[in-house]
Amino acid sequence: MSQPEPRAATGAYTVGTLAEGPPCCEPVPHLSVRQLGVSFDGRPVLEDVSLDIYKGCITALIGPSGCGKTTFLSALNRLVEHHPGAQVRGDILLDGQSIRAPGVNLLGLRRRVGMVFQKPNPFPLSIERNLDLPLREHGVRHRDERRARIEAALKDVGLWGEVADRLSAPALSLSGGQQQRLCIARALVLQPEVLLMDEPCSALDPMASRTVEALITKLSGRLTVVIVTHNLAQARRIANYAAFLWMKERTGTLVEFGRCHALFESPQDRLTQAYVSGAAG
Amino acid sequence: MLDRTPRHARDAVFKAALWLTAALVAGAFGLILLDLLWRGAATVNWDFLTSAPSNAGRSGGIAPILWSTLLILGVALVAALPVGLACAVWLSEYLPAGSRRGRAVRISLDALAGIPSIVFGLFGHAFFSVTLGLGFSILSGGLTLACMVLPIFIRTSEAGLAALSDDWRRQGAALGMTRASVLWHVLLPAAMPAITAGAMLGVGRACAETAALIFTSGHVDRWPDSLSDSGRALSVHIYDLSMNVTGGDASAYGSALVLMALIALINAVTMSLSMRWTRHKDHAP
Amino acid sequence: MTSSRLSSSSRWHADRWWPLPLGVASALVGSLALFIVTFLAVQAWPVLSHLGWADLVGDHAWYPLDGEFGMGSLLLATVLVSLGALLLAAPLGLGSAVFMHFVAPSGARRAMRWILGLLAGTPSVVFGLWGLTVLVPWLAAHHPPGTSLLSAALVLALMVLPTVALTAASALQAVPHSLRLASDALGFSLSRHVVSVALPAARAGIVSGMVLALARALGETMAVLMVAGNVAQWPSSVLDPVRVLTANIALEMAYATGPHRAALFASGVVLATLVLALALLAARLEPARHHA
Repeated sequence: MSQPEPRAATGAYTVGTLAEGPPCCEPVPHLSVRQLGVSFDGRPVLEDVSLDIYKGCITALIGPSGCGKTTFLSALNRLVEHHPGAQVRGDILLDGQSIRAPGVNLLGLRRRVGMVFQKPNPFPLSIERNLDLPLREHGVRHRDERRARIEAALKDVGLWGEVADRLSAPALSLSGGQQQRLCIARALVLQPEVLLMDEPCSALDPMASRTVEALITKLSGRLTVVIVTHNLAQARRIANYAAFLWMKERTGTLVEFGRCHALFESPQDRLTQAYVSGAAG
Repeated sequence: MLDRTPRHARDAVFKAALWLTAALVAGAFGLILLDLLWRGAATVNWDFLTSAPSNAGRSGGIAPILWSTLLILGVALVAALPVGLACAVWLSEYLPAGSRRGRAVRISLDALAGIPSIVFGLFGHAFFSVTLGLGFSILSGGLTLACMVLPIFIRTSEAGLAALSDDWRRQGAALGMTRASVLWHVLLPAAMPAITAGAMLGVGRACAETAALIFTSGHVDRWPDSLSDSGRALSVHIYDLSMNVTGGDASAYGSALVLMALIALINAVTMSLSMRWTRHKDHAP
Repeated sequence: MTSSRLSSSSRWHADRWWPLPLGVASALVGSLALFIVTFLAVQAWPVLSHLGWADLVGDHAWYPLDGEFGMGSLLLATVLVSLGALLLAAPLGLGSAVFMHFVAPSGARRAMRWILGLLAGTPSVVFGLWGLTVLVPWLAAHHPPGTSLLSAALVLALMVLPTVALTAASALQAVPHSLRLASDALGFSLSRHVVSVALPAARAGIVSGMVLALARALGETMAVLMVAGNVAQWPSSVLDPVRVLTANIALEMAYATGPHRAALFASGVVLATLVLALALLAARLEPARHHA
């Protein structure tokens, strides 16, 4: 089973089409994480993690439960600070600019770095309003532009055909898989550069899970995707890069990071070897 | 299997005693309600509802009194709802968990809920009517009622907001929405059934109030010209007719029936809103 | 499209300043209770500084126009009427709760709840009206004058019965079902389970509810005013007319001046303190439920 080569970011946002660009030659870091450490109420959860997230590629975060994968993910859009008692050390650079510098506009950051959660959580509003609200919030004034972007996002996630005639129906009336795709569309409608996904398929049944997986694969090349997953097979299928996190002295640390293919086929660290072969974790 | 009979008999007697108690209680209340209905229905008709009282209220109707009651309730709601909602939102959304300030405010609200109505009447009279110079007025009565309504309204609204799924708040933050925006567009609309139920509960309590109004909004049973005029609330009218006006019982009963009908209506609306609220909670992700 | 620079924006500051007006509103609301009690105490000061509490509450009689402000008889009447009401309401209310929870078929239970709910919301004046036009004449036919401590206690019992019944019912509902299963497995009869298992398990909630009912009875004004007769005296029997603190305030506020007025405010402070102390007790007994 050969690993797909990482594709370059194609720059312009393509509407509703598969991105099948040429394989890239030079991976470019999009997000750079430098010695990231996070503690909650003095208890360290993540310690000294440094890696690069490459533009246009899918990076998977793997590792056993509780080793800080979700914490790492939520540090990338600074949502980790929502927790009371959270302290963050180290730095994260987006295109070379630190996102932790004082005076950074968090709302702007979150427009560029979107997030999808494990449990689908559409707002208790209509389908259309779920997508319209973030657009209005970020200052897209013209109704036609908003409509166009909503349609594009729904087509991207493959929901347009299913909901085009009932956009004012409540979002909660959709099935679990449809709701999750709606949440992805809601993140996509803001045209982010990075999409963070926290186990997006784990709350879905196998068929819905496959649909969402296909969607993620489609996105690579256009967006940078960082996905936390428990499902090693899924990581092998879709990721270009993989980061393996493990608990050392009850704190999460980075054990190995590299091309996904390499990590699974010929891991450097013994621990990685044990984990990916199913012997540990 | 051996000594079933004594236990059986014991239970039969026990159950019979309970049924008797329930019958007694329901019967007593039923009698009161029926009595009210019968005597009240004799007086209540369209004229009663639309004409002014005459002969000190022995005859005529209760129209200006209904109007005054409405005005007093209106003042109370306008004064209590915005402030109460602001407080509920602050308690639910902007406070860190276990905050001491939050606990202090909540304890203070519980104390407010416990103060007897005549004490509110004293306060309203001394503060609103005398110190602030509002005199015997609808304004004074409404403001006093607002103080009484606040704890119920805030308690219910805060519970409604707290019951909403935290996922929405986090998702809103992840989408780069301000907290205020998530509140306005998502949380408040979702909590609206609970908030409205809280307002209705407050209105129900306010309708039943008498002691707080006697010395704040006064006794005048004419059509009020403005909010600074004295006005007689329906409950005060019932009191006056039964205690101070000989032969006023018939009108008193009529007024009581109207008041009970109003309260029953408010109860029904509150119940259906609460049911919508709990159903909504079950659907939340 | 917004620029890709991560610079500050004014929208973010909206989230910074909203807490201010909300906090101010909450501070206002939070200080209301204290303000009310302080304000009343200030109004009561002229008489409080003159006489001590002992004088006010002690043995003198209440002849305000002669400058005598002994609230003793009023306080006693208040306590007697309220305790009497609770004495009557407690067994009936508890019985109704047990009925609703253990014996009633669902239709009867719903009907009972509806009646109790409606009566919990019934205004004080309506109870007073009924008492004045039905109960008092009936009593008067047997033992004049009719308006008495007894009639007040009876009407008040009707008013607090829903409180006792509904709080006891929710306390019983909170008892884990596993206890019923255990009783059944041991072959207990229903009466044995209720008396020895369920009621003791729900005791905290039930007692808390009764304390709340007592607090409500103490603070009640209109119904008692209408049926108690309002004679400020030390009652020698339950058929004597009495005057309670709340009714006293309501009756005399209209024409009280100077120290008389201050004395009424003082009685208001006494009343509020008593009721708040009871409410605190009720909360201590069952903190989780008093937000029901």
